[in-house]
Amino acid sequence: MREKILEILQDLRPELDFTESTDFIEDGYLDSFDMVALVSAIDKEYGISILGEDIVPENFSNIESIIKIINKYL
Amino acid sequence: MITNLVEYFENNVVKNNSSKIAVVDRDKQYSFAYIEEHAKKIASYILSFNIDTYNKPVGVFLEKSVDVVISNIAAMYSCMPYMNMDIKTPLMRISNIIEQVDPVVIITNSKYESKIKEIYNGNIINIENFDYKIEIDNQKIQARQKMHIDTNPLCIINTSGSTGVPKSVVLNHKSFFDFMDWAFETMPFTENEVIGSLSPVVFDIYSFELCLMLSKASTIVLIPDGLSTFPIKILNLLEKNKTTFLFWVPTIMVNMANMDLLNKVDLSSIKLIWFAGEVFPTKQLNIWRRELPYTMFVNMYGPIEITLDCTYFIVDRDFADDEPLPIGYPCRNTDILILDGDQLSKDGEDGELCVRGTSLAMGYYNNPEKTQAAFVQNPLNLYYPELIYRTGDIVCKNSCGEIMFKGRKDTLIKHLGYRIELGEIEHIIVSVLKIVDNVCVMYDKNKKEIICVYENDTEISMADFRKKIGNALPKYMMPTGYIHILEMPRNTNGKIDRNALKLQYIGE
Repeated sequence: MREKILEILQDLRPELDFTESTDFIEDGYLDSFDMVALVSAIDKEYGISILGEDIVPENFSNIESIIKIINKYL
Repeated sequence: MITNLVEYFENNVVKNNSSKIAVVDRDKQYSFAYIEEHAKKIASYILSFNIDTYNKPVGVFLEKSVDVVISNIAAMYSCMPYMNMDIKTPLMRISNIIEQVDPVVIITNSKYESKIKEIYNGNIINIENFDYKIEIDNQKIQARQKMHIDTNPLCIINTSGSTGVPKSVVLNHKSFFDFMDWAFETMPFTENEVIGSLSPVVFDIYSFELCLMLSKASTIVLIPDGLSTFPIKILNLLEKNKTTFLFWVPTIMVNMANMDLLNKVDLSSIKLIWFAGEVFPTKQLNIWRRELPYTMFVNMYGPIEITLDCTYFIVDRDFADDEPLPIGYPCRNTDILILDGDQLSKDGEDGELCVRGTSLAMGYYNNPEKTQAAFVQNPLNLYYPELIYRTGDIVCKNSCGEIMFKGRKDTLIKHLGYRIELGEIEHIIVSVLKIVDNVCVMYDKNKKEIICVYENDTEISMADFRKKIGNALPKYMMPTGYIHILEMPRNTNGKIDRNALKLQYIGE
C-alpha cells in the first residue's frame, strides 16, 4: 500500500520527492488542488469514498497517516 | 466630498465603531481603532521618506494576515496605491512585476525580507520589526489627503499577460465608489456584515472586502491561505464566526458540495453569497441552494479591467442541473455593448462583451501597447473621445434578455479561479526557459487540465519539465499533461495549427 500511495503522490507532483518530507501539508507539498486529486485517486484505487469530514491535515500529513485513514474505510 | 476610500473609514466607521472587531486573523481579533492607529503609523513612516508621488505603489509581499489589511490602509493614508504580490509566485515573476511597476516601498516580514532584497533595492519595511512607537504625523497625512483626487489609483492588480510579463491593472478610487454605490443600492448589505474572506489578497475580491470593511464597518474573517486544502475547516470557521457574506470563486464551493459537507455545519447566518471568476456548474450550485434555502446567491461577472464586476444575476428561479446560469444584467451606471466587430450584434446573436462607464481601469501600468489594444474608442461614438474596454469574452442575450457567457475570443482561460493567458506559459517555456523550441499549451475544459504539447527530438520527463517551469510560474499555471511530438502540425501560413492539436489531444 505504501508504494502505491507514494506512486499516486509522485504522479500528482512529479517534481517533488515525497520521501524527503515528514509533513506534506506543513512543507507545502499538497495544496487544495492536489488534495482533491489525491482523494479522488485514492477513492478510485481502493474502491472507497473518503468523507469530507476526514479530509483534515492530520489525516494527510504523511504516508503513515494516509495509510491509517484508508484502512479506516477498508 | 469623498475622494479617497479611506475617508469613509476615517469620517464615519472608526468614529462610531472604534471598539468593534474589524479583522479576525486566526485566533486574534483586531478592532477598528487598532487598525486605524497602526495603518496611520505606517503611513506616517512612509511619508517621512518625503515621497512626492501618487502613482507609484506601496508593494506588499506578505501572507494573508491582518498585516496586509493594515499595509493596504496605510497606502491609502499615504495617498498611494497598494499592490499586493503573491508570495507563492516564483521570485522571477515577482521581479518582472517590480521592474514594470517600481514600488516606492515594499512592506514584508522577516520570512521574505531577504528574498525581496534579491530583486529590489528600494525602501523595505519589515512589518514585524516596525517600531509602532513612532508618532502619527496627522499634518502630513491631512496635507496629502487634501490634494487627493478620486481618479488617483487605489490599487494595482496583476494579471497574466501573453508576453510573459503580467499586466498590472491600475484601478482608481472612483471606480470602486461606483461599484460600491451599485452594490449598496442593489444588495442587502447592512452595517453588521461578517465576511468569510477566502480570496487571495492579490485578487480584486479581497479589495471589495476591504471596501466593505472601510465603508460599512464589516468584520473581515481572514481564512488563512493553507485552509482551502481542507474545506471542512473553512466551514467550521464560518459557523464559529457567524459569517453573513461570502464572495468566492466557484472552485472551492464545488468541492464543498461534492464532499457533501454543507449539511455538516450550520451556515444559516449566511444571507448573501456572491460568486465570480469562472462558471459555477449548476449541479453543485443547486446543492448549495438546497442546503441554504434562505440565502441569496448572485452570479457576478467581470474582468478586473472594469473594477470587480459589470454584470450580475440574482439566482431567482430554479435551473436544471445541466442548464447554464446567465451572467445576467449590467450593474447600474455601467453600459454593456455586445459588438460584432465595430457594430452592435443583432438580437440574440453572439458578440464580444464591451464595457462603457466609470468602472474602466486607468489602463495597464507602463504598458501603452497592451492598454491601447484593450481600451479603445467606442466605435459607436463618432463625436468625441470615449473609451470602452473590450473583454474578449463572447456572449449573447437569451430570450429573457439576460446575457449568457459563451466563451473566449483568444487563448485566455479561467482555471481554479485564476485568469491565465496560455500564451504566457508558452512564452516562458520557449523564450525564457528555452526548454524546447516549440510548444502549444491548451486547456481541457472537461478535465480542467492544462496540457502542453511540445516539439523536441527527445522526450523530456514530466518531473524535469515541472521543476524548470516551477522556477518561473506559479503552480496554478503549470501544465499537468505533457505530450511529446516530433513535429508540430502547421497551417498554410506556417503557424502551429492549434485547432488540429486540440482535436487530436483533447477531442474538441
